[in-house]
Amino acid sequence: MIDFDLSIIIASVVAGATPLVLATIGETLTEKSGLINLSLDGSILLAAMAAFVITLKLESVLAGFAAGALVGASVAAVVAVFGIFLRQNQVAVGFVMTLMTRDLAYFIGNPYSRIQGFHTAPMPVPLLEQIPFAGVVFFNHHFPVYLSISLAGASWWYIYRTLPGLKLQAVGENPKAAHARGIKPRRVQLLYAVCGGILVGLAGATFSLCTKPGWGRPQGAEGIGWIALALVIFGGWHPGKAAAGAYLFSFLQVLGIFLQEWLPSIPSQVFQVAPFPLMIFTLVVMSLGQNPSIHRRAEKQKWAAQLLRFFSSQAPAALGRPYRPD
Amino acid sequence: MTAASNSGTSSIILKQVLDIFVLLGFVIAFTVLVMVITGAPPLAACYHLFLGSLGSWVKFSHVVKAWIPLTICACGLLFTFRIGLWNIGVEGQIVMGSVFATWVLRMGMESHGDGSFWLIAALAASAIGGAAWAGIAGFLKTKGGVNEIFAGLGLNFVAQAVVLWLIFGPWKQPGVASMSGTETFPAQLWLQVAPALRISPAALLIVASALILTGLLLGCTRVGLRFRAVGSNPFASVLFGLRPNLLMFVAMLFAGGFAGIAGNLQVTSLYHRLIPSISSNYGYLALLVVMLANYNIWLIAPVALFFACLNVGSIQLPMMLQLDSSLGGVIQGALVLATLGVHAWRKTKVSGSGSRPIGSASRD
Repeated sequence: MIDFDLSIIIASVVAGATPLVLATIGETLTEKSGLINLSLDGSILLAAMAAFVITLKLESVLAGFAAGALVGASVAAVVAVFGIFLRQNQVAVGFVMTLMTRDLAYFIGNPYSRIQGFHTAPMPVPLLEQIPFAGVVFFNHHFPVYLSISLAGASWWYIYRTLPGLKLQAVGENPKAAHARGIKPRRVQLLYAVCGGILVGLAGATFSLCTKPGWGRPQGAEGIGWIALALVIFGGWHPGKAAAGAYLFSFLQVLGIFLQEWLPSIPSQVFQVAPFPLMIFTLVVMSLGQNPSIHRRAEKQKWAAQLLRFFSSQAPAALGRPYRPD
Repeated sequence: MTAASNSGTSSIILKQVLDIFVLLGFVIAFTVLVMVITGAPPLAACYHLFLGSLGSWVKFSHVVKAWIPLTICACGLLFTFRIGLWNIGVEGQIVMGSVFATWVLRMGMESHGDGSFWLIAALAASAIGGAAWAGIAGFLKTKGGVNEIFAGLGLNFVAQAVVLWLIFGPWKQPGVASMSGTETFPAQLWLQVAPALRISPAALLIVASALILTGLLLGCTRVGLRFRAVGSNPFASVLFGLRPNLLMFVAMLFAGGFAGIAGNLQVTSLYHRLIPSISSNYGYLALLVVMLANYNIWLIAPVALFFACLNVGSIQLPMMLQLDSSLGGVIQGALVLATLGVHAWRKTKVSGSGSRPIGSASRD
């Protein structure tokens, strides 16, 4: 049996969730503006590859993270330009980019696979790491972990409590009205696509430099992008809820390690599927919540009403619909 | 008047030729750029791609074996694209076709009877399996208000988990379960191969009928016309007495059935067992094929053949040049992206077309 130390287990949950948290917050920002960037799964891989190779060549972790962010931003920019300015189906472009960036990552990264990478040391926070339990859980990690935790809060505050955040929501809900109020919807969408892309790129860099150091085919980040997309929906386009979903998934994965000891006949990949039925379930409940007759019936049962209230979020109204200036 | 119309047609043809040159120029430039970054020799890679796919009859027979499921899936996807659905779940539908085929053939293994009966039963079962899996996504779409892209994606991963569970659980090989898949079927449960061709005539017959059936159904029947009507405007189609939800569900069943048959052929004519990567990503690739073919049935077969050549040819790259075999995928992606770009460029000059919002749920 694995040594059972609760603080270390929770710390590994927090560390393991980091790339997912970064990616879900990035995608939430992008989708809040009404643009859907489906390319996450590929762009995370390409960013992971770029970050690993650049860190190796320049011997600088910072340069690696910058490269990852740049890759994420560029892929997002391609999706945005095709989706917003050329008015192509955003899903189609994102899907093509998913497959292409994944193959690009494998092709360009091939000479660097299974090479000893540059060692990235954890950065414990001075003083705070001394706190008995929380010190190990929260304050003895790599840098991106702190970034992801603070971003979860900061992005919520930004979207719901600041003027630019309000403009972002306006564009995602009703670009025409936003335009009438003097906001340039297409420019805002491009901006948040790139911002989201940067976070997605950082997620990839975190993967190949901290979470699962190294590069290869498969790298281990495969599928993470799709999970992030599922978690954005599970979180109802709320950055805090989406981040909570990411921690829940990371917890399930750690739990899977233990479950595999008890149920060795089930391969660990089966446990990774959990977010997808959950995503579908969320979407069904969300859609049922919009139906007034079901709403009335649910009010009679306490648990049903609570369930509906928990999932009572709605997608940004203009999600996936390109804005057309007249 | 004839002179005017002649110059009109010739300018359209000129534009199309120009488009193709721009497109090819972009794809070649991009691929060469990627190779220069990697330090790979572009001409040698091209040579090996060609030799690896069309260099010999054996190699070409591998291409055909990839072309068949790809074409069948692409045919199915035409139904869903025609009605305006993005059936990304086609991948899981292939997987479910393979699972159902394996299930029936495992029963056949115990009975020691005539192989052809079980092969036909497996074909029917896999069409039902694929259609059922697509039906779940269709039901979620039409009754649950769940966008078919998210439902399909989720079901893809669930299908993959089902396969892994089966291979490591109930259907594991005698002795030890492994990633190499289930037990290999005896030869009487394989689709017979014509020795001179190295290709199964039955599989060729299936792909030919899939192409013809799709062309006829979509082009010459009332159902095909209704699909198109709903696809162009689901709200207006209600006014004409059509039921968009029912038609969408039917289109999903068609797509799933075709995908299931493709999954069946992966089992009966290629691997002869269930393996974890049974779908070979042909579902996702078929989506690219249909997009590159511009949803045109006549272009499906040649585009799928080209994609199959790239896939099979790039298998040679790791052996010959120590390059990753994903180069084929890079070229495919660049081609589709460039096509989308060129189309958009032409379209924005005439008139724009808006696509459907993602969050919207169609209801009766």
